[in-house]
Amino acid sequence: MVFFLAKRLIQSVFVMLAVAFLAFSLFRFVGDPVSQMTGVETSVEDRERLRENLGLNDPFAYQFVRFTSDMLKGDFGFSYRTRQPVAEMIASRMPATLELGVVALLISLVVGIPAGVFTALRPRGYATQAILMITLVGVSIPTFVIGIMLIFFFGVQLGWLPTFGRGGTVNLGGWETSFLTVDGWRALILPALTLGVYQLTLTMRLVRAEMMDVMQSDYIRFATARGVPMGRLYFKHALANTMVPVITIIGLQFGGVIAFSIVTESVFQWPGMGLLFLESIRFVDIPVMGVYLVVIAFFFVLVNLIVDLLYVLIDPRLRISDVS
Amino acid sequence: MLAFIKRHEGLWLFTRSPAAMIAAVVATTILIGAVFAPWIAPVNPYDLASFSLMDGLLPPVWEEFGTPKFLLGTDDQGRDMISSILYGARLSLIIGVCAMAIATTLGVGLGLAAGYFGGRFDAVVMRIADIQLALPAILTALLIDGIARGILPPEMQQDLRVVVLTLAIALSLWVNFARTARASTFVQMNKEYVQAAVMQGQHPLRIMFVHILPNILGPLLVIVTVDLASAILLEATLSFLGIGLPADSPSLGTLIRIGMQFLLSGEWWILWIPTLFLIALVVSINVLGDFLRDVFNPRLR
Repeated sequence: MVFFLAKRLIQSVFVMLAVAFLAFSLFRFVGDPVSQMTGVETSVEDRERLRENLGLNDPFAYQFVRFTSDMLKGDFGFSYRTRQPVAEMIASRMPATLELGVVALLISLVVGIPAGVFTALRPRGYATQAILMITLVGVSIPTFVIGIMLIFFFGVQLGWLPTFGRGGTVNLGGWETSFLTVDGWRALILPALTLGVYQLTLTMRLVRAEMMDVMQSDYIRFATARGVPMGRLYFKHALANTMVPVITIIGLQFGGVIAFSIVTESVFQWPGMGLLFLESIRFVDIPVMGVYLVVIAFFFVLVNLIVDLLYVLIDPRLRISDVS
Repeated sequence: MLAFIKRHEGLWLFTRSPAAMIAAVVATTILIGAVFAPWIAPVNPYDLASFSLMDGLLPPVWEEFGTPKFLLGTDDQGRDMISSILYGARLSLIIGVCAMAIATTLGVGLGLAAGYFGGRFDAVVMRIADIQLALPAILTALLIDGIARGILPPEMQQDLRVVVLTLAIALSLWVNFARTARASTFVQMNKEYVQAAVMQGQHPLRIMFVHILPNILGPLLVIVTVDLASAILLEATLSFLGIGLPADSPSLGTLIRIGMQFLLSGEWWILWIPTLFLIALVVSINVLGDFLRDVFNPRLR
C-alpha cells in the first residue's frame, strides 16, 4: 500500500512538472515577453537590460528550473494586462470558483446517488423511464443553454433569484465566502445548478449501472435468501460495493466541474478563476493563462491522490494485498 | 425489400426504434438545410445589403406583427432569422465535421501505430493521451485558441478564425480515437490473419490500414457519431464564450450569444429559436450515436 501510494505520488510530481513545462513554454515561446512588458518608446538598450534581468538569455534548462522554483515559492510573475502579481489575481478569484464547484459537486452526489439507486432497483418503472429520458436530454443540452434557461425561468419570468454576480460575501481571513449570507446563497443556486446538472446525470448513470451489476451478484442473492432486510441489503451490502467506481468518477468530475465553471461563470458573470481565464485568453495574457493551467492541474492531481487514499480506506482488499 | 432489411440487422433494428427514426429525420433535415443553405435561405445573412434596420425585431409569422416575408422573424439588425440559422448551422456542421475528420485521422493513425508497434512509441503516445485526458476538452480547446492568438500576426487572425477553431476542437478530441483504435488493434494483433500478413512480409502500413483497420471500424464509428455531437457542442460553447467565431459570420453558438442580449426584453425568438435548433441537432446526433452503439455492441441489447 505504501508502495502504491509512493508510486502515485511520484507520478503526480511528473504530471505537475509536465504542466509546469507547458506553462513555461507558453510564457517563453508565445509572443516575446520583453515586448509585452515594454512600450514602443523603450530603447533597444533598455530592452536588452530587461532581457538580461529577466534571465531570458540564460540556457533553456536553467530558465525552466528557475521558473519552477519561483512557482514553488509562490512567485507567479506579473500579468501583461493589469501589471498585478498573477498570484494575487488568482488567489482573489479562487474562493468563488471553489465554492461554486463544491456546491455543484454536492448537488451531483446528493441527488445523483439516490436517483441512481432508485432507477437501478426499479428498472421497468414509469418513474425510471421518465428519469432516464430526462437525463438523456440533459446530457445533450449544452451547459450554457441550461444556464440561460434557468436565468430565464427563475431570474426573468419568476424573478425569484439573482442572475449574475455573487451577491453578498463575507471576508474570512482573505477568503471571500458567499456561504454566510442569504444573499450569497441565493446568488449561488442558479450557477451551482447549471454546473451540477451535467455531473448529476453522469453520477446517476454510473451508480445505476454499478448497482444493477451488483444486484445480479451471488452474494446479494445469498443475502436476499438469508432474509436481510431490504433497506440494509440495498444501502449497506449493495451500495458499499459500488463506491469504488463512484469515487473514481468524483475525482474525474472535479476536473469537469472546474473546466465547465469557465462556461458557467461566463453565463452568470460569476467572478471566479474561469472568468479570469477567459479574459486572459481574450487579451493573450500569457502569464495568467499559464498559472491558471498549473493551478487547475494541481487541484486535479491533489483530488486524484485523495481518491487513491480513499480506495485504500474503502476497499479492504487493497490493504491486505500488502501482506500477501 | 423487407427481406433485405431483415438480412441487415442494423437496418432491421432501425425500423423497430422510433427514437432513432425521428432522430434520423431531424438530423437529415438540418443537414440538408445546412448544406443547401445558399439556395434555400431567403437572403444571405453575410451580405450587408440584404437586410435593413427598418425590418428590425420583427416577430415570427405566427405572432402579432409577424410577416410571411420573415418566417421566423428578424434580429435587431433586420437580419432574417431563418437565413442566419441555416447559415449558422452550416458553419457549425462544417467546423464539426472537419474537426472530426482531423481528429479521426490523427487519432486512428496514432492509435493503430501504437497498437501495432507497441513498445516505446506506444508508451509515448499513451502518456500524451493520458495527460490530455486529464484536461477536459473545453480547456484544451480554449488553450489552443489562446496560443493561436499569441502566435498568429493580428492581420491574419480574422481570416484564420475558422481554421484555428477547427484545429482547436480536433486536437482536443483525438484522444478517444487513439485509445479505442489502440485497444482494438491489440486484440487484432493476436489474430491469425494479421500474423499471416506479417509472415508474408507485408509492409506494416499495408497491414495496419488494409488488414486491421476494416476490422476495428465498428467501435470507431460509434465514437465518430458521439464525438460529432461533442464537436458541435464544443464549437457552440466556444462561440458562445466569444472565443470562437466573430459576430459577422455567426455559427449557432454566436447566434445564441447575441440572443442572450434579448433575454430581458420581449424578443424571445432571437434567443430561443437558434437554441432550439442547436438542441435538436445535438440530441438527434446523440440518439443516433446511442442507437449505433447498441447495434455494434449486442451485449447491451
